[in-house]
Amino acid sequence: MKEIVVLSGKGGTGKTVVLASFASLARNPVIADCDVDAPNMHLLLNPTVKERGKFSSQKAAVIDGRLCNSCKECVSACRFDAFSIVGNHGLQKVAVDADACEGCGVCMRICPSGAIKLQERDSGEWFVSETRFGPMVHALLAPGGENSGKLVAFVKQKAKVIANQTGANTVLVDGPPGLSCPAISAAGGADMIVLVAEPTVSGFSDFSRIADLCSQMKAKTALVVNRWDVNSRLAESLEREADLRGIQTLGRIPYDEMVPSLSATGKTPVESKDGEARSAIIDIWNKLRDIE
Amino acid sequence: MVRISIASGKGGTGKTMVATNLAAVAADALLVDLDVEEPDCYLFFDGKELSREVVSRKVPFVHKGKCTVCGNCAKVCEFHAIVSLPRDILVFDELCHGCGACSRFCPEGAIEERDHPMGEIISLGANGLRGLTYGRLRVGEASVATLIKRVKRQLPKDGLTIIDCPPGTACPAVESMRDSDLCVLVTEPTPFGFHDLKLALAVTKKLRLPHVVLLNKTGLPGPDVRRFCEENRLQIVGEIPLQREIAGAHSEGRLLVRAPDMKRRFESMLERILEEAEKA
Repeated sequence: MKEIVVLSGKGGTGKTVVLASFASLARNPVIADCDVDAPNMHLLLNPTVKERGKFSSQKAAVIDGRLCNSCKECVSACRFDAFSIVGNHGLQKVAVDADACEGCGVCMRICPSGAIKLQERDSGEWFVSETRFGPMVHALLAPGGENSGKLVAFVKQKAKVIANQTGANTVLVDGPPGLSCPAISAAGGADMIVLVAEPTVSGFSDFSRIADLCSQMKAKTALVVNRWDVNSRLAESLEREADLRGIQTLGRIPYDEMVPSLSATGKTPVESKDGEARSAIIDIWNKLRDIE
Repeated sequence: MVRISIASGKGGTGKTMVATNLAAVAADALLVDLDVEEPDCYLFFDGKELSREVVSRKVPFVHKGKCTVCGNCAKVCEFHAIVSLPRDILVFDELCHGCGACSRFCPEGAIEERDHPMGEIISLGANGLRGLTYGRLRVGEASVATLIKRVKRQLPKDGLTIIDCPPGTACPAVESMRDSDLCVLVTEPTPFGFHDLKLALAVTKKLRLPHVVLLNKTGLPGPDVRRFCEENRLQIVGEIPLQREIAGAHSEGRLLVRAPDMKRRFESMLERILEEAEKA
């Protein structure tokens, strides 16, 4: 089983369209949408949900008002400024902001009256679905949720279990933008990371940073330049930079007006009869399979 | 003081384009880039570096001479950043949240908290701006919100501040949008942009943050975001059409407001944004 992860650093470079296209070309894949705080894969793959569950890895402090004597030990001990004093003189109470709380439990351990507990809180929901290209695992983080890296790891793990059960030979992972915990979590253990970059000054800077992360993680990495004809000079710069880093360029996808039209109807570029983007993506996929 | 945050849910809808150009047409705006994973605003200005500060987080260092390997530190660490082996204590810096539980509860006083650099805060003097401040996460660091909070703590309380937020709806985006007077949600009429606009609206609602919508890349064949905004009484403060020249100029790192028509467009958007911020 091979795990292919699509990342980009910068958002909106076309990760989801590229990965959904790979899904339509792969024989027997399992798909994982690891952009858990803004998932989009389902808009192209129209999944039928078969199984779902709550994800609660996040803990937060709760105060038992009957036991709390407002000594404020927790207020000064908390490094995340999660505690505050509310109310007027004489009627002061200690309150906790669950969003600021990171669940470290220091407050619980130092509270002299045992008034604080850590409680699990919902941080999102996960789904196992069926799509026209194969099974898909996806999730949705609660708004403002933390621990997205853990939810990403959970989604990936579930996809791998399904791949093992069904004998699927490829797990295709759509990664989140950025390069912090959810991206690191999505990249972990990948057999191949495909970086989708766009030829803009921002795209170049963001590509360099995510490529740094991939090399830190010692991951096998390849580049796809999307919408290369928006700026052919910068497209060349991206490819040259990739070359210097020992990253193979799999190909270039041109700006193709059919792509947004197809996306609007829930189709991947590969599912149309023709089109410049379509043939470019097919070439890229074939090249990717050859390297493996 | 007015603080405007530019957010979106989906990445690549044009947050940075909007933030940089709004800041450029405003008189004396401070531009703050809180997309610390991939900060790009500085690419659009010829800036002179005024200051650069390394931001660190605390991670435990175990003094082996004092440690009796009692394992208490591992027991109190909720993040599994410390593992207690029969004869040794292992620390995983990347999992540490810096809560200080391990050192606080070590009975031998064997744990010292040491600085671990996680990024930088950089301030530039840039033409036409009061200033440009951005955070830059060290590649490989996982925890973003801490750096964002540190950058925010430094911001002056006066004048107009325009904040470029990271994409998504998780803690980094929330931390960046929090405490702004108005949040401008930049979206595009694609199924993705539209879907993520709704996710971003769930965040502004949760934070009780006044918000308006800015429509980018109009002309794409996709969902009718305008109608959605009308039906949900969301104020649209402006539109930017999908045009090759716009994409080309932005791709080269050029501000769009160098062109007189785009300058007028951004001036009128800024005016509406400031009006809405005033009302909020």
